[in-house]
Amino acid sequence: MHSRLGSTLIVMPAFNEEASVAAVVAEVFAKLPGVSVLVVDDGSSDATSLRAREAGALVATLPFNLGVGGAMRTGFKFALENGFDIVVQVDSDGQHDPSGVPALLDALEDTDLVLGARFAGEGDYRVGGPRQWAMVVLASVLSRTAQTKLTDTTSGFRASGPRAVRLFAEHYPAEYLGDTIEALVIASRANLAIAQVPVSMRVRAGGVPSHNPLKSAAYLARAGMALTFALLRPRSAFLPVEVQR
Amino acid sequence: MSTVAYILGIVSSVLALAVVIELLRRHSLRERHAIWWLVAGVLALVVGVFPGTLVWAADLVGVEVPTNLVFFISIAILFFVCLQHAAELTVLESKTRALAEQSALLELRIRQLEDDRQSADGSSAT
Repeated sequence: MHSRLGSTLIVMPAFNEEASVAAVVAEVFAKLPGVSVLVVDDGSSDATSLRAREAGALVATLPFNLGVGGAMRTGFKFALENGFDIVVQVDSDGQHDPSGVPALLDALEDTDLVLGARFAGEGDYRVGGPRQWAMVVLASVLSRTAQTKLTDTTSGFRASGPRAVRLFAEHYPAEYLGDTIEALVIASRANLAIAQVPVSMRVRAGGVPSHNPLKSAAYLARAGMALTFALLRPRSAFLPVEVQR
Repeated sequence: MSTVAYILGIVSSVLALAVVIELLRRHSLRERHAIWWLVAGVLALVVGVFPGTLVWAADLVGVEVPTNLVFFISIAILFFVCLQHAAELTVLESKTRALAEQSALLELRIRQLEDDRQSADGSSAT
């Protein structure tokens, strides 16, 4: 067992995932003994909360859909209020393999935010076309901002250390793509150390990434906008909050 | 300008002002949201009563047709009102988001407390 699992909270944003959430929670408990799991039900209309609770996870049910960013900030707040030092985001659709978590935690020893990157050598996850170009551009700009080599900036599989948890509990963005891209900018603006480790990803249980060129163009535009405005925001806006426990 | 048009201008601006003030009086409109409408109403009233001020102002800023100044200022005021509303909407959304998060966390905490109490009751009963 990894030494820091006891103070680690796995946060799973879940929106209408009743089919997969229980299995993912069970897999996390099996592969990461001693860890706590918080499923944030992002306004689901199905039995996501119920299934997750039956599987033994803590469940925070949002009254309506806030998007991944809103669900994650709820998770960061819970971690802060309940004394968890580390938050690891794991998708509830089974895309992220929990066996990758110890590698993230190891990398967190001397950094504040660790991304599990899909293209860094492991696994067989591939995308092509405009979406890939967007990811390359994002990666190069964000690598410069974060002063470290990042290749997969939209990965949701990430671990946050104590400083990042304090920062994100207050400032995790809710906009679409803000949760992945802008969060990186916020973290580097707050002088957090960022790193990435290679992880393997599985094919998503439900749905496939879109290959429609119009949707890809829209994705590119929104990603570009999210990045531009994140970089334009004043640095002073992102000071980590101090909390009393 | 005919007398009818003169009266129409005054009556419509007085009406607009009356509506804004009545809403303020009933607390249906907050002062900081009403400020642009008050400014617009007062300007319309002044121009309605003294049409000469419009000609004078158009001449001052170099607008050849005074009516165009009216259109310009109206559009500018509407633009700022829309922008202010969009900004307020953003603030409201972020407040709603914070409330939703807090309510989810409170619900979770209540559930935990209830579970704790139930298991405590269960153990004391046996």
